[in-house]
Amino acid sequence: MKQRLVVIGAGMASGRVLEHLTDSAPDAFDITLFNAEPRGNYNRIMLSPVLSGEKSYEEIVTHDDAWYAERGIACRFGEKVEKIDREMKVVEGANGHVPYDKLVVATGSNPFIIPLPGHDLEGVIAYRDLEDTQQMMDMGPDNKVVVIGGGLLGLEAAAGMAAHGVDVTVVHIMGHLMERQLDEAAGYLLKKSLEDKGIKICLQANSKEILGRSGKVRALLLDDGTELPCDLLVMAVGIRPNTALAQDTGLAIGRGIHVDDQMLTSDPDIYAVGECVEHNGEVFGLVAPLYDQAKVAGQAILDEEASFVQKSLSTKLKVTGCDLFSAGDFADGPGREDIVFRDPSRGVYKRLVIEEDCLIGAVMYGDTADGSWFFGLIKDGTNIDEMRETLIFGPAYQGGDTADPLSAVAALPPEAEICGCNGVCKGDIVEAISAGAGDLGAVRASTKASASCGTCTGLVEQLLQVTLGDGFEMPTTQSICGCTDLTHEDVRRLIKGQELKSQAAVWQELGWNTPNGCHVCRPAINYYLLADWPLAYQDDPQSRFVNERKHANIQKDGTFSVVPRMWGGITTPEELRAIADAADKYDVPTVKVTGGQRIDLLGVKGEDLPLIWSDLNKAGLVSGHAYSKGLRTVKTCVGTDHCRFGTQDSTGLGIKLEKTLWGSWTPHKLKLAVSGCPRNCAEATCKDIGVVCVDSGYQISIGGAAGMDVKETETLCQVSTEDEAIEVVMAVTQAYREGGKYLDRLYKWLGKVGMDWVKAQVVDDLQNRDALVARFELSQSIYRKDPWAEHVREKAQTYGPIADFTLEAAE
Amino acid sequence: MSWIDIGHIDEVPLRGARLVKTHIGCIAVFRTAETEVYAATNSCPHKGGPLSEGIVHGQSVTCPLHNWVFDLNTGEAQDADEGRINTYPVRLEDGRILLDDSAVTRRSAA
Repeated sequence: MKQRLVVIGAGMASGRVLEHLTDSAPDAFDITLFNAEPRGNYNRIMLSPVLSGEKSYEEIVTHDDAWYAERGIACRFGEKVEKIDREMKVVEGANGHVPYDKLVVATGSNPFIIPLPGHDLEGVIAYRDLEDTQQMMDMGPDNKVVVIGGGLLGLEAAAGMAAHGVDVTVVHIMGHLMERQLDEAAGYLLKKSLEDKGIKICLQANSKEILGRSGKVRALLLDDGTELPCDLLVMAVGIRPNTALAQDTGLAIGRGIHVDDQMLTSDPDIYAVGECVEHNGEVFGLVAPLYDQAKVAGQAILDEEASFVQKSLSTKLKVTGCDLFSAGDFADGPGREDIVFRDPSRGVYKRLVIEEDCLIGAVMYGDTADGSWFFGLIKDGTNIDEMRETLIFGPAYQGGDTADPLSAVAALPPEAEICGCNGVCKGDIVEAISAGAGDLGAVRASTKASASCGTCTGLVEQLLQVTLGDGFEMPTTQSICGCTDLTHEDVRRLIKGQELKSQAAVWQELGWNTPNGCHVCRPAINYYLLADWPLAYQDDPQSRFVNERKHANIQKDGTFSVVPRMWGGITTPEELRAIADAADKYDVPTVKVTGGQRIDLLGVKGEDLPLIWSDLNKAGLVSGHAYSKGLRTVKTCVGTDHCRFGTQDSTGLGIKLEKTLWGSWTPHKLKLAVSGCPRNCAEATCKDIGVVCVDSGYQISIGGAAGMDVKETETLCQVSTEDEAIEVVMAVTQAYREGGKYLDRLYKWLGKVGMDWVKAQVVDDLQNRDALVARFELSQSIYRKDPWAEHVREKAQTYGPIADFTLEAAE
Repeated sequence: MSWIDIGHIDEVPLRGARLVKTHIGCIAVFRTAETEVYAATNSCPHKGGPLSEGIVHGQSVTCPLHNWVFDLNTGEAQDADEGRINTYPVRLEDGRILLDDSAVTRRSAA
C-alpha cells in the first residue's frame, strides 16, 4: 500500500521536496499539500522583478495546476491547518482531516512587524507575498512611500517602486545599508547609486511612531522629530521562523523548529524544511540552503543516505544598475588578512578576506564579474597562496600591477574645483597644459591655479602627470599615511572639490587601500570633514585620539586630568570652592596651576569623569578643552580694571574672545592672549594669535609659538574697536581652519601661505572677512557647547566597564 | 568552552571598545565592524597604556600612549615594535557579545 505524505506549506523549499519525491519515486506516496495562501508554489525571490515590472506573476509560477495534477498531488490551497494530532497521525485542516505516515512541515516565516504605535493602520504592510507586491504596484508618481529597513528586501521594494516613479524614502536604523552583507565602503556606493535613482535614504534613523488619519497611514515620525509623509509604509526589517503550529504540536523548537542533519524534527515521522527550521543554531533566509535542505529531506523520506551541511552563501541585489556581490564571511574570525582594491573613476570597490591561505569572504561593488569565481574559491577552500598578489584582479589577470595612485585625480570631472583661492577648475588647468604649460610655474602663470595659498600644488602636479604622462616628472611628496598616496593638501582640496561628506566617501572616492584608515589618517579626515561640512558631517568620536574622545587628558598611568575653563583667567571664590570640593571628593592627587591661567586636576580615574564633570557643571564650570586640537585659552592681564599702565580692557576682550571661540576645532591647538599695554604681561606675542592693546586700538599679530619652536608673532593689522578685533580674530581662525594641514600649528600654516595672502584675505578684502566670519559662526552653531554636560547627559555609562566580574562574590 | 554574555553589541561603539573588569585585570572588547568583535588584554606591553582607549582601525588597535599597533587577530605588535597582547575567544549571537569564560575565570582561579 502507498504511504501517505502530507506537506504543510507550498513554498520554495517544500516545492523542491515534492519535485524530488515525485521524480525519484513517483508511485511511493499519496501526497496532500496544504497552503494558507490561495495558490501553489511560485518563486518568491522573483517578487522584486514583478514589482519593478520586469516580470509578470505568470512568469514566476514554479508549479501550476497542471503540474500538481500530473503528479496526483491533492491540493488544499487557501485552507489553514488547525492542528496536527501526532498520536493519531492526522493533520486537521479547516475543511477536514487527512491522515499521514510522513509529514513535512514547511510553514516558512513571518515578516517581523515592529510594534510601533500605529503599526496596525491601513497601508502598513510587509513585503512577503503577492498581495503585498500588488499593493506596492498600485503606487504611482503621485504617491509617497516609506520603506523601513535598508536590507536586501527593503531596497528591492524601494527600487521596484521608484522604477514606477513613486517618491520613495528608505529609513534604516544602522550606519550603512545592507550591513549584514556589505561593509561600509560598498554600502556607501550602494547608497549613492540608489540616490541617483531618486530614492531618499535616511541612515541611523530611529522610527518612533506611525501617524494616521481616519485609520489610514499618513506619515512616519522619527525620534528626531522628522515627519516623513507617506501613502504606504512597507516594513522590511527581517523575518521570524513561523513555528506556531509546530509549537502547538509539541515539536522541539528554539528560534525555529529544531531539525537534525536529515531535516527530521523531534518526531521521527515529521520533517521540516525551509525558513521555519533551526539547524545547528542557525535559521535561514536565502534560497540556496533551502534547496539543499529540500534535497536532503526528499532523500531522507525515501530512506536514502543524505546530510544537510551549512555552506557559505553569496548574495546579489536584484536592482538594475546596482551591481553588488557579497559572499562568505567577511565579518568574524581570527587570523585574517584583507585585500582592498578601489577604482574611484569606475565606482568600483572590492575586498577579499583571507584566512590561512584560503579566501573566506568577498565583497564587491560596481564590478562583480569575478564574483562566482571568488565564490568558487571560498566554497572549495582553494589554497590561494600562489596567486595572493594578483588574486583581487580576478581569474583573467595574472600580471602583478597595482592600483594607480593618480586615479582619484584622473576621475575628477572637468568642473571640479582645484584651486579654491582663484576658482580654477580641472578643465581650465588641463586646457592650459594641453596648450603648452608644461610645468607648475607655467600653469600658475597661465591659470593662477596654486598661485595663492599654494595648498593645491600637489593636485596641479598630479594633473600635469595625468595629462603629460611620462613627459612630467612628479616631485616626491609625503602622503598622509600608508593608506593613501595623497598628501594632506590634496585630500583637503578634494574633499571640498568633490563635496565628499563622509569618511566612507573619502576612502572610496580617493582610493584608500585599507578598509577604514588608520590612527594617522582617521583623526585628520575627521577634522577636515567637520571643518568643511559643519552641518552635513557628524563628528566621529572613534576617529579621535582618546583625549578628544573623552574630553580629558590621558596621563601615563591611564588616569586623566580635568581642567575647567576660566574665562580669560578670571575665577570666583564659588568656582574655587567647587574645584576644591571636587578635588577632595574624587581623591585628586595633584592640583596644579597651568600656564593658561587655570587649574588642572590631575589623576582622575576614567570612570569618575562624568561624576566630577557633573559636580563642576553645577557650579557653572565647563570644559576647558585643555585636551583639544582647538581653542585652549585666552590669557589676559588685568588691563584698565586695575593696572596703572593699562590702555584698554584687556581682560574683558579676552573673555569675549574666549566666549566666541570656545569649542571650535582647529588643525592643532590654538592659544590666544590679550595684553593691556605693550609691556605685554599676557605674553601675547608668543601665542598663535595675540592682541596687544595700545591707546589707539588693538594690534593683532599671529603665528607665535613657545613650544618645540619659539617664535615671535608677526603683525597682521591694527584695528580701532574691540568688535573689529574680534572679527579679525574669527576670520583668521577660520582661514586657518579651512586651509591648515592637520597638526600644523598656525605658524606653520602661515609659513606656507605667507602673511601677504592672509592680509589679503582678512584685512584688505572686507567682504571676504565677513564671509569667513559667517562660516565660523555657522560651525560654532554646532560646536560652541560644553561637551562635559553633553557626556554627563548622554554617555555617562560608556565611561564605566560593560561588564564587571570583580563585583561578584569570590567563590 | 562556555560563554558568558557580557552585553549587547550596540553598547560598544563602532570602531571603539569597552572594558570588562575581572579580578586579575581588565579585558578590552573591540568592535571593529558592524558585526565583528575581538577581545584582548587592556594593557599595552610597552608602558601599560589602556588599549580600549586606542583608535580602532581595520582589525587593529593603536595604543593611545605611544602608538604601538596590535593586530587583534594574533595579538602581535606590528611594524618595528616587538610584543604581544593576550587575545580571548569572543563571538556574537543575536547581537549579544559572548566572551569565553576562561578569559574571566582561568585568570581568577590561577
